Amino acid sequence: MTMASSAAQVGGNPILLFTDIDEPGLNTLEVYERRGGYESLRKALALTPEEVLEQLKASGLRGRGGAGFAMGTKVSFLPKGSMDKYLVCNADESEPGTFKDRELMQKTPHALIEGIIIASYAAGANRSFIYIRGEYALQADVLDAALFEARDAGFIGENILGSGHTLSLVVHRGAGAYICGEETGLLDSLEGKRGNPRLKPPFPANQGLYQGPTLINNVETLSTVPAIIAMGGEEYAKLGVETSTGTKLVSVSGHVTRPGNYEVELGVPSREIIYDLAGGPPEGRALKCWFPGGSSAPVLTAEDLDVPYDFNSLAAAGSMLGSGAIIVVDDSTPIIDVAMKVAKFYRHESCGKCTPCREGTNWTVKMLERIDAGEATPMDLEIMASVQEHIIGNCLCVLGDAMAMPIGSMIAKFKDEFEAHIEERRLSHA
Amino acid sequence: MSPRGWDEAADLEKDPAEIPDPASTAVPEALRAEIEGHMANYPDRRSAALPALAAAQRVHGWCSPEAIEQVACVMRVTPAYLDSVATFYDMLETAPVGRHSVYVCTNISCSLCGGDELHAAFLEAVGADPDFNVRSFECLGACDIAPMASVDGVYVGPLTIADVPQLLDDVRASRPVLPEKQLARRLVADPRANTREFPEHPAEQSARPGGA
Repeated sequence: MTMASSAAQVGGNPILLFTDIDEPGLNTLEVYERRGGYESLRKALALTPEEVLEQLKASGLRGRGGAGFAMGTKVSFLPKGSMDKYLVCNADESEPGTFKDRELMQKTPHALIEGIIIASYAAGANRSFIYIRGEYALQADVLDAALFEARDAGFIGENILGSGHTLSLVVHRGAGAYICGEETGLLDSLEGKRGNPRLKPPFPANQGLYQGPTLINNVETLSTVPAIIAMGGEEYAKLGVETSTGTKLVSVSGHVTRPGNYEVELGVPSREIIYDLAGGPPEGRALKCWFPGGSSAPVLTAEDLDVPYDFNSLAAAGSMLGSGAIIVVDDSTPIIDVAMKVAKFYRHESCGKCTPCREGTNWTVKMLERIDAGEATPMDLEIMASVQEHIIGNCLCVLGDAMAMPIGSMIAKFKDEFEAHIEERRLSHA
Repeated sequence: MSPRGWDEAADLEKDPAEIPDPASTAVPEALRAEIEGHMANYPDRRSAALPALAAAQRVHGWCSPEAIEQVACVMRVTPAYLDSVATFYDMLETAPVGRHSVYVCTNISCSLCGGDELHAAFLEAVGADPDFNVRSFECLGACDIAPMASVDGVYVGPLTIADVPQLLDDVRASRPVLPEKQLARRLVADPRANTREFPEHPAEQSARPGGA
């Protein structure tokens, strides 16, 4: 009954992270160890850091936070040699629609801690931090309790299990800011500043926290590491599809009858996730559009439902897997309402450092309000579309892009509805 | 005397505030100990700014000038530095607020499920009660229980407008808020995750005022 030594096959779908996740007491060291927890750590510490890194590379694991960068490659970017290196777990999870890390941290915190220890060993990092969003009070408390147990058992501290590897770990609570999920904004926030993103390069692997080499990974990515060590990187790489290996937690929300987190093998048809697992829109209503990877992802429509749910297929369809959060919108909601929600959110969360993002998010909201007030003409739609184009790629971080991509896609795919809305509003206010 | 607010015009003639003098700045002992504990966690003491401000907010109710001064005194930084931090983060209050926070998520998934109407219902039900700080909040990461709210840090949902009076009564009586609707007790949605039947988890015992 080890939780990670083999993937539990349920109806052909492997479950790695969610295996019996609701077992009472899984958040405690006792139950976690009874299920084979921290065996992967012992296995990893018996290898050299380079051998652990090879396993991570062989797994093909891509970051689960949003960018989808290969984790093993990211670890290998850290310079060698003895210097202060840091590992930071990004537990800020604020991409709208995303709530998978919350469930992992709350129910199986030791999987994350074990993953952090193994990854820090591979990267040669001796100080680690979990930056958790301040709103996740329960999950931070659970992590603190688990960390206390792990320290007591000698998994955190000096000379872990006689390996010579030393690691400290601190749970750091944020205070409510979407931008702190952006890795350099997160680093500034962790240093006790406003969470403004930094100019890149230098990238965090070279100059990150306190100007030292820093590895930053998402909760789900790090929580997967023990399973990879247990089953072997090559075995893990057999799950999923070639460019997107393994399983992925998908948060499904919005207009579906069974919202929640689902663990799927990457590459399954998106339709299966939205309809078979999450139940699809309520009876009598039809899917209008869906965000495949959080509210920053360009929207897809019913025509795209058969796109395989993996990094490359979604990119080829013009969107992205992002954080793995599907938001479903059905035909009961006007597209302009969706656009307004998205635009207002990014306006609120823009840190204000870069002009295209600060002004672009603000003007997009203003133009959407013009439409609602009956003051817009079809030309406003073109201006709004061009504003989005001018944001993309012109800022220090991707927050502006995160609004421009979905808004741009909505204007492109629902142009008729926008135009009809403009006309209808204009007439009703005339 | 009411606390000095943030909306008063700055006195341009005045010298900028320096790091407060420990000899003349009174800091509650428990708060000092907590902030010093946070500072010890990091290679650079300034990293403790967020946890220290959150701790001061729990004591003072908001990041008042007095709270900022106390944190600045213990952390050995200027009040202006901490002001710059406090004004950036949504959970750090820069004006006096009610001691019970009700964050209603009005982001996309919750608003698709009635989050805006829920927010309006909370505002109406609370009315002028100074004990409550009802505000709309960006995605709280609980779209599976949309529409939802975080009440003194406890996540509850899916909420209907009919739940609002009961929820507020629970807070006023210091009872666990709507235990049957708390996120803490929910099982995972994926039917393939659990290979056996498990009971629901226990609800959180009580709301924690000022749980920033």
